[in-house]
Formats: sequence, C-alpha cells, structure tokens
Amino acid sequence: MPGRSVRADSLGVGVATGAYGVSFGALATTSGLDVWQACALSLLVFTGASQFAFVGVIAAGGAPLTGAATAMLLGSRNLFYGIGLAPVLRLRGWRRAVQAQVVIDESTAMALGQPDPADARLAFRLTGWSVFVLWNLMTLVGALAGTAIGDPRTFGLDAAVGGAFLALLWPRLTALPQRVVAVVGAAVATGLVPLTAAGLPIILGGTAAVLVGLFLRREERG
Amino acid sequence: MIWTGIMVTAVGCYLLKLAGLSVPDHVLTRPLTQRVAALIPPALLGALIAVQVLADDQLLVVDARLAGLGAAVVLLLLRAPFLVVVAGAALTAALLRLL
Repeated sequence: MPGRSVRADSLGVGVATGAYGVSFGALATTSGLDVWQACALSLLVFTGASQFAFVGVIAAGGAPLTGAATAMLLGSRNLFYGIGLAPVLRLRGWRRAVQAQVVIDESTAMALGQPDPADARLAFRLTGWSVFVLWNLMTLVGALAGTAIGDPRTFGLDAAVGGAFLALLWPRLTALPQRVVAVVGAAVATGLVPLTAAGLPIILGGTAAVLVGLFLRREERG
Repeated sequence: MIWTGIMVTAVGCYLLKLAGLSVPDHVLTRPLTQRVAALIPPALLGALIAVQVLADDQLLVVDARLAGLGAAVVLLLLRAPFLVVVAGAALTAALLRLL
C-alpha cells in the first residue's frame, strides 16, 4: 500500500473513532463527573474502554479506586499491543515515552495491517494522533453539551470500525495458517464476551490464536 | 477522591502502554518472539473484529453492526478501496437503524 492511501486510511479511522469522544464526554458528565474530570480522563488515560469502565464504576456508585483497578485491567491489552508494535516502531528515549500514549486498539490495528515497516510507522502515528486530537475535542464537546448531541451509532460509526479492522485483516488471509489464527481469535473472543470483563476477550482470544498458530507451524515442519 | 482515581488510572494505563514498547531488543530478535510477532496481527485483528461487532459490554448482540460487517465483506470481495469499505459498513448500519 503506497504512503498516500495509508495517510487517507489512517485519518479516516481517526475521524470515525475520535467522534466517539462525544459519547464519552456526555456519559462522563451524566455519571457525576465534572467537565474537567471528563477531559482529564481523555487527555491522560486515553484508552476508550478503560475510560468508559472508570465512569461506569463511578456511575454505579463504586469507589474511584475500584474504577481505577477495572480501567487498568482493561488497559492491560495495550501492553500486548506494545509488544507487537515494538519491533516495527523501534522507538527510543523521549520518542518512545511520547508515542506510548497513543498505543491503542486503532493505532495498533492500522500499523499491524501494513506489510511495509515505513507504512506501519506512518499508520501508527497518524491514526494514534488523529484519534487523540479528535477524541479530546469531542470529549469536551460531549461534556459541555451532555446528551443534546445525537448518538454516533445513528451514523453507523460503530460498524465503520469493525469494517476497517476487517479491511486490514483481509489481505493477510491468503495463507491457511493466518486464516485459522484469525478465526480462532474471533471465536475465542466471542465465546469469552459473556464470561469475562470487557477487554479481556481480545487479549485471551488473541493469545489462544497465537498458541494455535505456533502449534500449526510445528505440525507443518513435522 | 475522583481525582485520585483519575490520576491512578492515568499513571497505570500509561505505564502499561510504555512497558509493551520497552521490551528489550535481545528478546525481540529471538526466533520464537519473531514467530509470535508474525502471528499477533491476524490473531488480534480477528479478536478485535468479533468484539467490535458482536459485544455490547458483556452481552453478545446481533444488530446493525453485523450487517455493516457483511457489507464490508461484499465490498472487499469486489476489491473496493479501504475507505469505501469503511464507509459502506457505516452506511449499511445507519440505513438499517433508520428503518
């Protein structure tokens, strides 16, 4: 994929995802947080599922530290994303410290979807920071406007993200092991959704699929 | 108290992100690490798609998102460009919700 389409694709995903900041801002303020607290979460925590979980715990009357624990459990998948990204991004010193903040679902998916390392680095930075800027702006808008603004789901933005991830996976499905690994990842994650806290199905499904993939390769060599 | 919770969450979530990027080189260049690293993209993308399309918190839900994914499959089979696939998925879901 040439650089130009990587730019457009990354910004497209950035806009679709960043728009969701409105839902977060609105939910945060209706859950009893003030506008500053909503914005601080988007700026400093910046990982959507963890932010929603924190606010959800507060809204349910839970202690803030319980909210923090839940949020960090969900945020642990970013650790695994970082391990996958490290060999491609090759970041050092302050650059690593800065770019770490945008290690999230979308930037990881966009980067890992590029076969060329230079494209992967471009996709990571553009997706990560376009989501960051828009997510924070839209959090402020949502926090100020509350529920007066419509639900992004009306525009199908939730389906857009699933479609984007599939489009990234698609070119990788040419060989049988990759197909098996992707299907196992999806199946295990789906099965775990009702059983575990949100966020865990992605880590556990991904891990199970990697293990199956390693076993398949060993069989091939036989 | 809410501010304490926010700060603990912020520091914890940031350190998790940083830790993954900070795995040392000699670990990354091991053959096993490289084999695992090659398997991570399809594994994680498969899991992300499933959760993105089917999960609503801890419930499995079949709704307009699945139709959006179906539209994405058709567009990918027709070799449509990335942004057309993304827009097609969104449009399909949005139109279904209008009905």
